[in-house]
Amino acid sequence: MAKHETPLLDQLESGPWPSFVSDMKQEAEARAKKAGEMNYQIPVDVVDDLLGVLELSYVDGETHWKHGGIVGVFGYGGGVIGRYCDQPEKFPGVAHFHTMRINQPGGKFYNTDYLRKICDLWDFRGSGLTNMHGSTGDIIFLGTTTPQLEEIFWELTHNLGQDLGGSGSNLRTPSDCIGQARCEWACYDTQDLCYQLTVDYQDELHRPAFPYKFKFKFDGCPNCCVASIARADMAFVGTWKDEIRIDQEAVKAYVGGEVKPNGNAHAGRDWGAFDIEKEVINLCPTECMRYENGKLEINNRECTRCMHCINVMPRALRPGVQGGCSILVGAKAPILDGAQMGSLLIPFVEVNKESGYEEIKDVIEPIWDWWMEEGKNRERLGELMKRRGFQQLLEAVGVDAMPQHVSEPRHNPYIFWKEEEVPGGFEMDINEFRKRHLR
Amino acid sequence: MTFVSSGYDPEKPMENRITDIGPKKYDEFYPPVIAKNKGKWLYHEILEPGVLVHVSETGDEVYTVRVGGARLMSVSLIREICDIADKHCDGYVRWTTRNNIEFMIDSKDKVKPLIDDLESRKFDGGSYKFPVGGTGAGITNIVHTQGWLHCHTPATDASGPVKATMDVLFEDFKDMRMPSQLRVSLACCLNMCGAVHCSDIAMLGYHRKPPMVDHEYLDKMCEIPLAIAACPTAAIKPKKVEVGGKTLNSVEVNNSRCMYCGNCYTMCPCLPLMDKEGDGVVLMVGGKVSNSRTAPKFSKVAVAFLPNTAPRWPETTDAIKKIVEVYASDARKYERLGEWAERIGWERFFEKCELEFTHHLIDDFRDPAYYTWRQTTNFKF
Repeated sequence: MAKHETPLLDQLESGPWPSFVSDMKQEAEARAKKAGEMNYQIPVDVVDDLLGVLELSYVDGETHWKHGGIVGVFGYGGGVIGRYCDQPEKFPGVAHFHTMRINQPGGKFYNTDYLRKICDLWDFRGSGLTNMHGSTGDIIFLGTTTPQLEEIFWELTHNLGQDLGGSGSNLRTPSDCIGQARCEWACYDTQDLCYQLTVDYQDELHRPAFPYKFKFKFDGCPNCCVASIARADMAFVGTWKDEIRIDQEAVKAYVGGEVKPNGNAHAGRDWGAFDIEKEVINLCPTECMRYENGKLEINNRECTRCMHCINVMPRALRPGVQGGCSILVGAKAPILDGAQMGSLLIPFVEVNKESGYEEIKDVIEPIWDWWMEEGKNRERLGELMKRRGFQQLLEAVGVDAMPQHVSEPRHNPYIFWKEEEVPGGFEMDINEFRKRHLR
Repeated sequence: MTFVSSGYDPEKPMENRITDIGPKKYDEFYPPVIAKNKGKWLYHEILEPGVLVHVSETGDEVYTVRVGGARLMSVSLIREICDIADKHCDGYVRWTTRNNIEFMIDSKDKVKPLIDDLESRKFDGGSYKFPVGGTGAGITNIVHTQGWLHCHTPATDASGPVKATMDVLFEDFKDMRMPSQLRVSLACCLNMCGAVHCSDIAMLGYHRKPPMVDHEYLDKMCEIPLAIAACPTAAIKPKKVEVGGKTLNSVEVNNSRCMYCGNCYTMCPCLPLMDKEGDGVVLMVGGKVSNSRTAPKFSKVAVAFLPNTAPRWPETTDAIKKIVEVYASDARKYERLGEWAERIGWERFFEKCELEFTHHLIDDFRDPAYYTWRQTTNFKF
């Protein structure tokens, strides 16, 4: 028998899509059933009360969670988000309901041994409810009490070899696409770069020293499956320098209809026979391709590596072999100054495992220095770039301006010249001037 | 309940403390076929909705069965996923960026038993636990945020509207009839913890009333300068108020300047702004993050406000369904929703989707607004 009536939430149990309400109810029942044998460290009816408070929100049309208090684990400034219910007497099981962010493994690959241990820990010391995963990428432990935070952290680090993720004004948990693990298009090893930078920048991740949040995301190719270009302060997007690899026999197979285009992604409708002119050549944004006499030609110098032709003919075309990444900076969601897309800062950098990614750190660290020096409280990198200008960013990183940095040159001539760029400097002699021009 | 110590001694927090170890290393969790073929994959193909094969230059193949899942997940359900992974996949499983679960196997004959197993599992309430789909030119899972379940600033719920929307779009999760992939996202407030600002269709929770001021407690609970500085439109200024015969330091909100972002509320709990009538959903369309063909695009506001009609948000799901159907019937192969809208023109988009265009949809926020007005005589009647 459910602790709280939830007539509104109950209506979300029907329909085909997996119902989070059904899952919560099954968890509430499982906890009640095991209450005798398990020495649950937070209230047994935590999930019942969560259902109850959510039902109340469905009635009220308003949330019933309060601001986070300052809770955390000793020595860290992030990884735990304090959460308290504003109806604690009605729902004592969720009166204290803190979130913990657990740094996910690259590519979100798991083995069941690890997952079961995570489940056992969270069943025992928390609500048994998770997010798989949060928007930034972490495993989210949803709801526990303050005394359990250190216990969970101890068990994670001692028994599972597992650390917390980031929250607050620090490096947020970096995340990556599936990359070379199972994708033919990844131009560099996203998971290794993500892992290495996460490990090397643990201090920045756990101890807030930045003006605001800072996100790294790693996409293996310009398809951007983890949306790095839209939501990471620094986006590392795989690309290549040399020529698209062509298998002419496979091109013919596409043209001849033996292989379905786009990896068969359009199989749900009859789009007619594949037309290479219409579907590939004419959709190339730079018009750098032609198909003549059964042969596909690409003028690679004019190609901007958008991926369309490769997406459409994955068996015939592959990215080049000289892989690396472009670095775009300053993306963010709209708060406060409007949404920003990442802006291209480094067109190409080798992703060099052997050097410990020194070439990439040489870009990251001057940006952090500049942002920590110049950034205002709660100012994202992208907002600082808008306030101070792209030139200041270039100077901070020591990169020369190039046409790749802009979609078009400036519309106004209001150029801030540097004094040393103008012969003779800014100091002029008014008396000398007056010798030429009478008052 | 009796407290059980993990071994942590609160008297000596630094004793035997382990910190800064980071995540588990990715390759601890690779299935053998992934470990062996990493970086050697040649191509992939979608065999049917939800089923992919990747072929390696070694000749190896990996078959992936993708299933949808709610982002909110209990340990009971994760344990069930482990049971399935143990039974079919040698104990390996992964999640995607969009909250799907992927079961990988190394030969084709294992595919059907796995799918049959997954599709046979249902919750007591009747919904599928593991519906197979979410690939190719279809509609995959919705990335979303916490909503009323666990957040202090939401203007709508997250899990509920997502469930309601995916129920409506379910057939297209299991099909690939769209002109291109169609990505739906939800963020329950302007903070946009999900990247909804670049999605084909985005639901965004939005407040419409300026914050209330809890004068009596504000100076005790908040740093007034921080609350003032948090406002992007400079709508908040300091104010002395009389409460119960006492003069208190507080703030005043210039309502006409407020854009209801809730940023002040994040800095100061004495400025709440949630309200049943005020809060609801903004629908945005036409964003993308891929660089394919055209540059990544921001989503644009298509519907300024839809109410929070719990538990199933019918106004929102109806509008989404309408947009999806018009896009499916009108766009060209490969064309993303935003590319289609730009080709036919936004005036046609509103006409075809039977959406009302109101003054709310013309940008008036700072410099970028100008670049969205029409500076040409080229338009359609």
